[in-house]
Amino acid sequence: MGMDFSTLRTLISRYCAGEENCVDTRTVYIGHKEPPPGAEAFIQQRFPDNRIISSKYTFWNFIPKNMFEQFRRVANFYFLIIFLVQLIIDTPTSPVTSGLPLFFVIIVTAIKQGYEDWLRHKADKAVNQCLVQVVQHGKLSRKHSRKLTVGDVVYVKEDESFPCDLILLSSSRDDGTCYVTTASLDGESSHKTYHAVQDTKAYKTEEEVNCIHATIDCEQPQPDLYKFRGNINIYMGNEPVSRSLASQNLLLRGATLKNTEYIYGVAIYTGMETKMALNYQSKSQKRSAVEKSMNAYLVVYLCILISKAVINTALKYVWQADPNRDEPWYNEKTESERQRHVLIRVFTDFLAFMVLFNYIIPVSMYVTVEMQKFLGSYFIMWDDEMFDKELGERAVVNTSDLNEELGQVEYVFTDKTGTLTENNMEFIECCVDGNVYVPHIICNGQVMPGAAGIDMIDTSPGPEAREREELFFRALCLCHTVQVKEEETVDGIKHGIHQGKSSSFYISSSPDEVALVEGMKRLGFTYLRLKEGQMEILNREDEIERFELLEVLTFDSVRRRMSVIVRSSTGELYLFCKGADSSIFPRVVSGKVEQIKARVERNAVEGLRTLCVAYRRLSPEQYEQVCHLLTRAKLEFQDQDKLVAEAYDLIERDLILLGATAVEDRLQEKAADTIESLHKAGMKVWVLTGDKMETAAATCYASKLFRRSTQILELTTKRTEEQSLHDVLFELSRTVLRHYGSMTRDASSGLSSEYIDYGLIIDGATLSAVMRPSQEDSNSGNYKEIFLEICRNCSAVLCCRMAPLQKAQIVKMIKSSKEHPITLAVGDGANDVSMILEAHVGIGIMGKEGRQAVRNSDYAIPKFKHLKKMLLVHGHYYYIRISELVQYFFYKNVCFIFPQFLYQFFCGFSQQPLYDTAYLTLYNISFTSLPILLYSLMEQHINIDILKKEPTLYRDIAKNSLLTWPIFIYWTVLGVYDAIVMFFGVYFLFNNTTFTSNGQMFGNWTFGTLVFTVLVFTVTFKLVLDTHYWTWINHFVIWGSLVFFVVFSLLWGGIIWPFLNYQRMYYVFMQMLSSGPAWLSIILLITASLLPDVVKKVFWRALWPTNTERIQSADKLYKGQLSEFTPLAALHPPPRTGDHQRGSGTQRNPRRSETPNKKIMFTRWQRAPDYRTFTPLLRFTDGSRHPRPGNAYNGAGPETSV
Amino acid sequence: MVKEEQEESPNRPDNTAFTQQRLPAWQPILSASIVIPMFVLIGAAFIGVGVALFIASRDIQLQELDYTGDDSAHPCYKCRSSTEKCTCSMTFSIPNLFKGPVFFYYGLTNYFQNQRKYGASKDDNQLYGDLDYFKDPSSSCDPYTRDSRNIPIVPCGALANSMFNDTFSLSHVVNGTQKIVPLNGKGIAWWTDYNVKFRNPSVTPLINAFNGTKKPTNWPKPIYELDTTDVYNNGFINQDFLVWMRRAALPDFRKLYRRITHDDYVNGLPAGNYTLTIEYNYPVYSFNGRKKVVLSNVSWMGGKNDFLGIAYIVVGSMCVVMSIVMLIVYAKFKFAEDD
Repeated sequence: MGMDFSTLRTLISRYCAGEENCVDTRTVYIGHKEPPPGAEAFIQQRFPDNRIISSKYTFWNFIPKNMFEQFRRVANFYFLIIFLVQLIIDTPTSPVTSGLPLFFVIIVTAIKQGYEDWLRHKADKAVNQCLVQVVQHGKLSRKHSRKLTVGDVVYVKEDESFPCDLILLSSSRDDGTCYVTTASLDGESSHKTYHAVQDTKAYKTEEEVNCIHATIDCEQPQPDLYKFRGNINIYMGNEPVSRSLASQNLLLRGATLKNTEYIYGVAIYTGMETKMALNYQSKSQKRSAVEKSMNAYLVVYLCILISKAVINTALKYVWQADPNRDEPWYNEKTESERQRHVLIRVFTDFLAFMVLFNYIIPVSMYVTVEMQKFLGSYFIMWDDEMFDKELGERAVVNTSDLNEELGQVEYVFTDKTGTLTENNMEFIECCVDGNVYVPHIICNGQVMPGAAGIDMIDTSPGPEAREREELFFRALCLCHTVQVKEEETVDGIKHGIHQGKSSSFYISSSPDEVALVEGMKRLGFTYLRLKEGQMEILNREDEIERFELLEVLTFDSVRRRMSVIVRSSTGELYLFCKGADSSIFPRVVSGKVEQIKARVERNAVEGLRTLCVAYRRLSPEQYEQVCHLLTRAKLEFQDQDKLVAEAYDLIERDLILLGATAVEDRLQEKAADTIESLHKAGMKVWVLTGDKMETAAATCYASKLFRRSTQILELTTKRTEEQSLHDVLFELSRTVLRHYGSMTRDASSGLSSEYIDYGLIIDGATLSAVMRPSQEDSNSGNYKEIFLEICRNCSAVLCCRMAPLQKAQIVKMIKSSKEHPITLAVGDGANDVSMILEAHVGIGIMGKEGRQAVRNSDYAIPKFKHLKKMLLVHGHYYYIRISELVQYFFYKNVCFIFPQFLYQFFCGFSQQPLYDTAYLTLYNISFTSLPILLYSLMEQHINIDILKKEPTLYRDIAKNSLLTWPIFIYWTVLGVYDAIVMFFGVYFLFNNTTFTSNGQMFGNWTFGTLVFTVLVFTVTFKLVLDTHYWTWINHFVIWGSLVFFVVFSLLWGGIIWPFLNYQRMYYVFMQMLSSGPAWLSIILLITASLLPDVVKKVFWRALWPTNTERIQSADKLYKGQLSEFTPLAALHPPPRTGDHQRGSGTQRNPRRSETPNKKIMFTRWQRAPDYRTFTPLLRFTDGSRHPRPGNAYNGAGPETSV
Repeated sequence: MVKEEQEESPNRPDNTAFTQQRLPAWQPILSASIVIPMFVLIGAAFIGVGVALFIASRDIQLQELDYTGDDSAHPCYKCRSSTEKCTCSMTFSIPNLFKGPVFFYYGLTNYFQNQRKYGASKDDNQLYGDLDYFKDPSSSCDPYTRDSRNIPIVPCGALANSMFNDTFSLSHVVNGTQKIVPLNGKGIAWWTDYNVKFRNPSVTPLINAFNGTKKPTNWPKPIYELDTTDVYNNGFINQDFLVWMRRAALPDFRKLYRRITHDDYVNGLPAGNYTLTIEYNYPVYSFNGRKKVVLSNVSWMGGKNDFLGIAYIVVGSMCVVMSIVMLIVYAKFKFAEDD
């Protein structure tokens, strides 16, 4: 009973008091056990179950909801209204003419959407049915994932992902920790450590866990992945013990358990309330820019339509003021018509005119556009160049609505890990005292098997050098926080690592460290394990060396270095330090600084992540001192951080430089090339990553997002700590604007090589500060604007430390900035889903991190490099095609309906249709639809290869340039002109004369048919003039549809059709063709209609050619071989200086292709190192000629910190 | 290896020219070098055709006689408001031979045969001779479906009801005597209208088919009496009726009345004086219409129409002019580009 009341109370409080009172905390009863009496009022809150719902419709609401959605579209609604009007009033045309196409469109769309939703239902079901293990009554039992409820204790094994948000209770490890990778949540694939509360970590079996008697109070779910606050109250004995909970206790749905056998956790957020689900945004329907233009045009045409109807109605009543015109003796009205109220008459006349002219807004345009998009998307799926052999995947189109938007992208937001990079760190080389060491030849990211030992090292260095070298290797083996993941093998750990098999491997929160340690392994020094404070190393001679680990001076982003203090087996004390070059070099007292510095810079240029290694030998006294410093600092509670930092600073000095390392996060194949192409195409590329700044920056350099010449602007927490955000922002905007102010702007030479380009680095925290709505400071409202202004002037932006939702926020911010640019987001993980959904176009990469991104994307491609073809070729084509489609449709309907409008002036405004019903219905459906559909599927104004080779062509179509108002007006005026030519041409021809040699006269239907024939031919020939790519299909369809028109007309007029109650078209067409003047006038009127357009085209091509037209002409000149040998850059309007070409020359230095060179790149330290003999170095010196801006971000090269 | 690869990826797209968008194609460019010669050719051809048309049109003779009679001096003035049967006659002279065959048209202006309601006001099934629709004409004929006593009207509708009913006769004044010029009423309507689209009900005598129906209210005699002399020109297939039923496209129109093809006038009307006698019935005054009679002959390109020839000449010249302008522009810019 008590339960019932409380439930009732909760329900009442929920539904009566509305949403805002929703309790801001929740209490979770672990294992659904009530707290001991008296602890607190027991209120069972209601939580949703663990069901994930991504579908939009249910079986029951599909029809009403889908109909509602569809009729919300202006066009559909309009056609529905027209249809209803035709049903109700006496109109010139039959309701079938508009009802049938509308019905067709609605049904097809409903089927398509229903199918898509069914797929979502299936996917949801698969997730929800998945089995999880739950502790019930002291036993493990299996449950469907969707049946999980808050308070359930869940058991998760290694490599399983968490089914809901859990508070960690205990794990298989003694210390109550577990390792988790959140790759599919925020893209960080490194292992993170999570902790159990001390008081529960000892409960390790299901029986024990079942005994836990505790409650958790925590906040209601919120989307921030990194924020969590709560309390756990454990009832042991009388007094409950209360512990605080933070995000390190919370295991998130979607994350995966690693390197831990099992854990127990209690569910606190389930289903749609999990942080992952909250980070998803509902998939709203995206509309392309073209569709927006289309709707704008639609409104214009609607206005034209209404004004036409209004004008005609008004004129009708003016004209009819004379009763002999209103009702001449030969055409009397019926009694009921006479008695009808004048207002009703006006209104029905208005509606009748609307119906008569409604074809100006063709329902078939929507059908054709839908078909074009649907069929056109197959070319993406069919594209063999976007097929990836390794993955066996091809491009996938989830939403064909956005094909043309691919040609309009201005901002590209890309994820880093797994998208730009392969998420695979690799040790490339190290440099000891200026001698370069490269481990085994690397081929496709895999170490060639069989190659043993060290390849590159001259085996006879001097004893001193050899000692240095070994010290360097040892340093790297010791100075890290890597853990060894032990696979349970019979032979034990040592065996596993020694054999180099993957039976055991390293894990660390930093993939760089893993790469380094693995690199050392390949150079002969293997880190085995940390056992009882002793680090074990297997050296080249297969001996195990033991070092006692005394202190770890952990990494922090301010120092950007870390150190360890070890004692060797011989009792010597060493401090090994590794870190970013900028933080090591100032502390170095000796060593071959110059050579190493040169090497580090060179590697940085190559986009490698470099680290410097130094050491210092400590005397026992010094060590005493160190210990003293550290213990004192750690004992202090206030200002502990500061004191520790000071202590570290004192300890890490007087170092001796050993060498440097270079690690590569391998970029995806052709990533740099792709980014370069996107840049050239005028797109701004932003990298949004959850990763840390240094790593991300290195990738940006490697992928040519930032170049050596890029001036980096930093907007990070580090800087805003020094200055206020306000100052930093203003300073940056001044820097950017000053430059742009002084620069003479040449719009056509948009390539960035002419001037300094800026790159911006911003981190999540600063970003949220920038975006925070203003509170106290009135100025701060402008932050966003200033920030946007800075961004606008940066060719590349790097945002690091982003939460998934922040990624979406950025996209949203750019989307809603005042230019309303078209954005594209590309990513591979679940953490990218929100931004994929937010951006105008979302692209999923079929990466390693699951399929969430692919599922939620509009398009999915196997690799990042495919983006290039996707945008530059497919996007370009679709845009060109659909813009012609849209313009042409409006044009042909103006041509179609305007004569009908003009005819009203000659038929007493009586709504007499000019054309026969069959012509009215079929004009858009069959006579003129297929050629434009085929055009919009096949047209290639420029060859594929040229488009790929010359990304700048993309700028020709940027900003929806083919659907601007001037072009639209041109088409409309052309349509009106053609209509006038056609109508008055025929009018004057019909003017009181006979056409035939037998003296017979033609009637009104011949008049209309003649206009219509001219119309169909003119409109088709207009498309003929615009078609640039004539395959046999085009020939077939264009000429075929003209033939079809003639054959249809012959048939339609050739037979008395029994089902028709009028035979007005009988023999009209044939009679017309039997007359010579009709033929002559058809030829004349077609020519006269097309003449201005041809003249305009020729003049424009001669006087103001676009890039596209230049290249077309050039291509013609070279007979289609252009793409193979001509330097296209030379064809561009403003002849650019060699700058551009040099730029592209230096950009094309795929690092990978240098690997063979590397093989022969051995240490040259015996002879005088003459770096100029190395080709890569030559290139480096060449590259250094680029002016380096003085106030650039110090050490612009990629720096890595561990 | 290759085989293996193919097996490996069943997902691989078909590598055909079509799917890869690499179908062989002809890629013409509308550039000046093609367009200029094309324009010159088209221009020359059009001017040629235009001149020929213009000359042909010039040779056509035309005689228009307005007999509305709104001027009190006009012989037909008296008939304008007369309710009785009224006849008037006009004389005119033809200076030289009016080459045959000569076509005799009547023309109406300001008459909206192309009104929607008016045009729809007929029953095609009736006119096809379907007796069911004699009893129950289509409602599209309203208000000319039934008379005041609710008897169905055949042929129903405004179009039929308003059939033109002036009649003409033409006489040639030869040596002071009037010689009737024979007018041929055959073949003035479309062959298909006469033979297929309109049919009399297959009832003989025709009058029996019309039992229980009324003639259109404006008609002086029922449809089966339109031409009592010729069975094949009576009822729905009466040529005058067919001509009237083919609606004109524009408010000023002409309809073929007769052809002059017989006797002495096979080669045309000789020069001389003629008298046109009009039985004036059709009221046009109320809507400011005009009535006229037109005599015309035709050339190979139909009746007199200067428009087509002039239009051809204009468009042809435009082409030539444009090609010259293009040539100038093209030459100038071509050389500029070559520099």
